[in-house]
This record gives sequence, structure tokens and C-alpha cells, in this order.
Amino acid sequence: MRFALTEDQAALRHAVRDLLARECRPAVVREAWEGGADAPGVAAVWAKLAEMGVLGAAVPEEAGGLGLGACDVVPLLEEAGRVALPLPIVETAFVAAPLLAAVGDADAVGGIVEGDLLVACALDGADEVPWAGDAGLVLVAERPGGPVTALRASSDAGAGSTVVAAAGSTLSQFPDALSAAESIDAARRVGILTDRAAATDLGATDEDCLAAWQRGALGAAAQLIGLSRALLAMSVAYAEERRQFGVPIGTFQAVKHHLANALLGVEFAAPAVLRAAWSMDTDAATADRDVAMAKALASDAAERVAATALQAHGAIAYTTEYDLHLFAKRVWAGSRSWGTAEWQRARVATALGLDKEGSSR
Amino acid sequence: MDLTYSDAEQAFRAEAREWLEANVPTGLESGDTAAGFAQHLEWEKRLFEARWAVVSWPEAYGGREASLWEWLIFEEEYYRAGAPMRVTQNGIFLLAPTLFDFGTPEQQDRILPRMAAAEDLWCQGWSEPGAGSDLAATKSRAVRDEAAGGWRLTGQKTWTTRGAFCTHMFGLFRTDPESERHRGLSYFMVPLDIEGVTVRGFDRLDGDEGFAEVFLEDAFVPDDAVIGEVDAGWKVAMATTGSERGLTLRSPGRFLSAAERLIDLAGEQGEAAGPLLRDRVAQAWIDAEAYQLFTLEQVTTISEGGSPGARSSLNKIFWSELDVRLQETALDLLGPAAELDGPWSRGFLFALAGPIYAGTNEIQRNIVAERLLGLPRK
Repeated sequence: MRFALTEDQAALRHAVRDLLARECRPAVVREAWEGGADAPGVAAVWAKLAEMGVLGAAVPEEAGGLGLGACDVVPLLEEAGRVALPLPIVETAFVAAPLLAAVGDADAVGGIVEGDLLVACALDGADEVPWAGDAGLVLVAERPGGPVTALRASSDAGAGSTVVAAAGSTLSQFPDALSAAESIDAARRVGILTDRAAATDLGATDEDCLAAWQRGALGAAAQLIGLSRALLAMSVAYAEERRQFGVPIGTFQAVKHHLANALLGVEFAAPAVLRAAWSMDTDAATADRDVAMAKALASDAAERVAATALQAHGAIAYTTEYDLHLFAKRVWAGSRSWGTAEWQRARVATALGLDKEGSSR
Repeated sequence: MDLTYSDAEQAFRAEAREWLEANVPTGLESGDTAAGFAQHLEWEKRLFEARWAVVSWPEAYGGREASLWEWLIFEEEYYRAGAPMRVTQNGIFLLAPTLFDFGTPEQQDRILPRMAAAEDLWCQGWSEPGAGSDLAATKSRAVRDEAAGGWRLTGQKTWTTRGAFCTHMFGLFRTDPESERHRGLSYFMVPLDIEGVTVRGFDRLDGDEGFAEVFLEDAFVPDDAVIGEVDAGWKVAMATTGSERGLTLRSPGRFLSAAERLIDLAGEQGEAAGPLLRDRVAQAWIDAEAYQLFTLEQVTTISEGGSPGARSSLNKIFWSELDVRLQETALDLLGPAAELDGPWSRGFLFALAGPIYAGTNEIQRNIVAERLLGLPRK
């Protein structure tokens, strides 16, 4: 028994953290609000992640990746959350890349590993497709874990080329199937599915489709943990520095207890995320339940941290000039994707035999 | 990451499970009543005879030298089997770790075997009428008696759990009359049957006579009643409160088994449970499981030479509040029948004390904010 990252896993995590701290400052997130994935700073981060091998981390070695498991990749996704990386790293590198490798789509896998292809996902059955504006490929499912279909960018637009579209207008790379929408987090460049029938079957097995869904929920949970840690760190720094009544506001018990509660949620969600990664890597019978639990805890923890961060900062956080909103909006926009906390708890309840006829247990 | 137990650990689990299934008594009265306490003592002696009373201790004292992992396994099996609360817990989980760290070999040899065998029963003497959360406000004092080679204790301790049934007490006394706050305190062990000690039991909120106040008037104890150095009791006491907050008082097994019983209760209620209550049941199970995972991470840290430090305050807040939520969910499943005396109504009243004892959760939140987040004290 050992509940901790290996030395290699911790080292890779630190390398990615250092890279992102350098390359993905809040100014880069702001660039994405205006220019999406093509904005220079944003494109540069993605290129660096590709160079480091992160985008192919979850791809088998024979398909050109690093062949790493969920326990290796999940900590990296947490780091992506910590800097509010304004790109679909979970969807592209963790959900799509292994799935496309499994169906033998070498071109798409190659595009991902090289950093040329971004993938958006709507695998939860919803019509909203985060990151569609940046994507060259969109994966769609009618229900969580169900068969995955794919929308490929029209050859005119070319994979990976993105155009900032006005809300309601058609996304140029998917002219017949997606229209642009405005998200509270503009970096997410949400599209709305207007024609599901345009998506064609990917040919993946039921097992691979379910695993892709689980990786999405797990990756989203990891990102929410990273976002939470960033929001907490900003709030603590602010509470130490901001003075009222002649003292730092961090000396007040009311502020301390808010922040302690926020930390509590994160500290008890993070191990559940790591455990779910282990369950997926070992094909545990409880993997689906463990992922559901992780996502439920991470969503709730992140919502609590975001609300606390806003309150601890006060009015300064209720502006767009201050950086906090870049992180908080990613939480508010993203915590309900890949299964809301309630939905995920219902999935846990089912796994525990708590269905309507609970006595069946 | 390796979340599997070794063959040896699994064999340990199987042995514990088999013994517990064959030996756990049923129908005991509350261990916090005089009659129930006696029944629980019988159980403690059986545990000791089978060497399950203090699994993590050295064999010489009746233990099995179990690792922390094995201790967790034993606790899981203990609660899974529905075994009784440990009336010896304040001794074996709180005083014993202190003696292992700070006691002399003579003290260890004299005290630990009798503690393990439930021959001496230990209660805590921390709180005083004027010193609750503010433990450093301790006023009870110890005056040097050079001629007799020891100390004369005077003062009052209160909220002493099972004090009326125990034989010994440990706690802080002020040995330096000029001192203030956490300086000048010493850590004493006091037999409760000596001259000058009066114990008065009184009822707790749940109706059990499990509380006591202890009055001391010039009660003499010899020098070997002090653990650690004279005037350095605060440091020794903090080591104990760290154990109390963290792992040793509330192992995850306890909440995992409570969550399983809650799921069974929801199953018995069937359709009546409704989706909102099912959501809360799932949350209770998730919380118990999250506490288990947090603990596995913590035990890994300790096993590799680290210390949980102030993180033990996270444990304390989380388990005490998850326990209250879990019990409340059970009562809501029971509906109007929840008011009737039974395991869940008792569990609820017991859980309500959790956020108060072992350092109130407000104090714990201060510790989390100041020592983990680094917020300024003043």
C-alpha cells in the first residue's frame, strides 16, 4: 500500500507545473478570451506542451505517445487547471487521444501529439460543446458512456484553424452542425450542436466509449482541483496583504474559517481523484463509481472555493480587471460539464445499490 | 500508487475478521454507564487475552507490533464486526503514544501492561471550569513537596469522560507558580483513589452518566508521576492532542461501517427514502470513503518518515462533521420514529459531541488557517 505519486510521476508533474507557470500566465488566459487557440501566447503554450510530450502522454507508445496511465496524467491535468489553461487539454490529450488510438485513427492521433489538432467533446448528452470554437474534431455521445460519434472539420477550414465567431453564427469548420454561443467563460468558446446526425460513428467498442467518458469526468475533476488550489492561493495572498481596521483581513476569524472550509473540501476531494485514476489504471470493478465520486467531490469543492474566493476578496474580485474572475468563471462554467455533482452522486448511489427499490441490495 | 494490501496484511485481516466474528458480544449497555462500563471491561479483557487490545504495541506489552496499515485494517474489521466502543481508548490511543514518545522505560513498564490489560483505566484531565478551548489558561497547580519527593496537586478538572468509572487520570498542572499560559505546566498521571481526590459524576446530554468533575486538594503524587520534563508539559500535551485530533481517535473504519449501515437503512425504507434522501446517503458514503482515502495518504506520509502536523486538524473537522451529517441523514430516513431510543438516535447524540471535544472545530479551523494556509495570527 502506498498512496502517493511515484518519484517519476512527481517529477513530471513538477516539470509541467514549471512550464505552465512560465508560459501560461493570466495574460495568456486573457488572450484566449479574445483570440482563442490561435492567439500567439496560447498557441505557444500548446506547442510547448506538445514538445514536452504531454499531449501524447496517454497515447500508447506504439501509436507515438508516452504510453502513460491515468495516475501519471491526472496530476498534469491538475496543473493545467492551476493556471486555467485556456485549451481543451482534457478532451484532446486524455479523452480523444487514447480513444482515437484504439480505433486506429493514426492521422488524428498524430495531429494531437504534434499539437496540430484540438478536440472538443460533448459526451454527456448535452448540446453545449465547450472548446468547439477551437476544435478540428468534435466527439459526441447521446448519453454518458454511450457510443461516440465524430464531427470532423470541413476540409475548407482545415483542422486546427479557428475563427472567432459571433454568438449564433455557424462555426466555420463545422458549417452544418455547430453554431457559436457565448459562455460566461469566453475562453471555452462553446458551440451548440445543431445537427447531431451529421456526426459519424467512430467505430469504438462499448468498453472504449465508456472509458473515454470516465477519463473525461476524471480529467475534469483534476482540473477543478487545480483551479481550486489557484483560487485558494490567490485568496490567501490577498487576505495577508489587504488591510482593514488597521490589520490584514486574514487575521479575522470569519475570513480564516471561510478559507479553512474551502481548503477542507479540496483536501478531501484530491485523494479521491487520485484513487479514481488508480482504479482506471488497474481496471478495477469500482472504476466507474470511483470516478463518479471524484467528480462529485471535485465539483462541490471547486464551487465552494470559487464562492469563498470571491467573498474573501470583496469588490476587487467582482471586476474583470482583476485576474480572479478568469479562474472563477472556469469553475462556474466547467463544474457542471462531465456530469454535475448531483448526477455523479446518483451514479454512486446506483453502484451502492441505492436505486429506487433500494431493498434489492 | 499501490492501493493493494500485501499477502501478510491480507492474512492479518483474515485472522482479525475470524476472531472478531466469533467473539464480538452483542446487547451491551452503553459503556458510559456504570453497568455498561463493567460489561465493556469484560470485552476489553477478552481482547487483551487474544492480543487484539493494542495491536500496534510491542509484543512485550501485549501487542502484535502491527504497522499503521495493519492497525487501519484491524480498525476496519473491528467496526465492520459491530464491536463495542473502546472504553480504554483514552489510555491506549492518547496516553500510550505520549508514554512511548516521552515516558521513561520505568514508566512504560509500569503503566503500559496494566493499561493494555484494562486493569488501570485512564481518563483525561484537560478541561477546567476556566480552561476549555483555551487550554493554556490551566489553573490547577502542583506544589513541590521536597521532603516527600513529589508534588501536591490542587485544582479542578471537568468534562472528564468516564471519569467516574476510571482508576487514573492524566492532565496538565501548573508547576511554576510564576508562569503564564503554556509555560510552566507539567504533565501528570494521577491515581483517582488517593487522598485528596474527589470524583463527582454527572449526566451528559445523551443521559449517560459519562461525565465527571475531579476535585484535587493537596493530593500527593511522587516524582515518577510526571511525564517528560517538569515545566515542559505543554509540548508533551500537544503530542497527545495531535493524536486525538487525527488518526488514532477516529479511524476511517468506524465511518465506513456507519455508512454501510446507513445504506442498509435506506434499503429498508425502500421507496419512502426518496431521491433527496438517497442523494444524502450517497454523500455520506462518499464522505466516509473520502476520509478513508485522506487517511491512506496520511499514513503513507507517516510511514515514509513524515508527520501529519497541523493536517490532523483537517481530520478532526472532517470526521466530526461527517459523523453528524451521517447520523442526521439516518434520523431523516427514520422520520418521526427517529425520536425513539435506538442505535441511530444514540449515534446522533453521541456525534453531536464530536465538533466540541478534542479541541472545538473553531479552534481547529484557526489552526488550519494559520498553520496550513499561513494566514497571520494577529
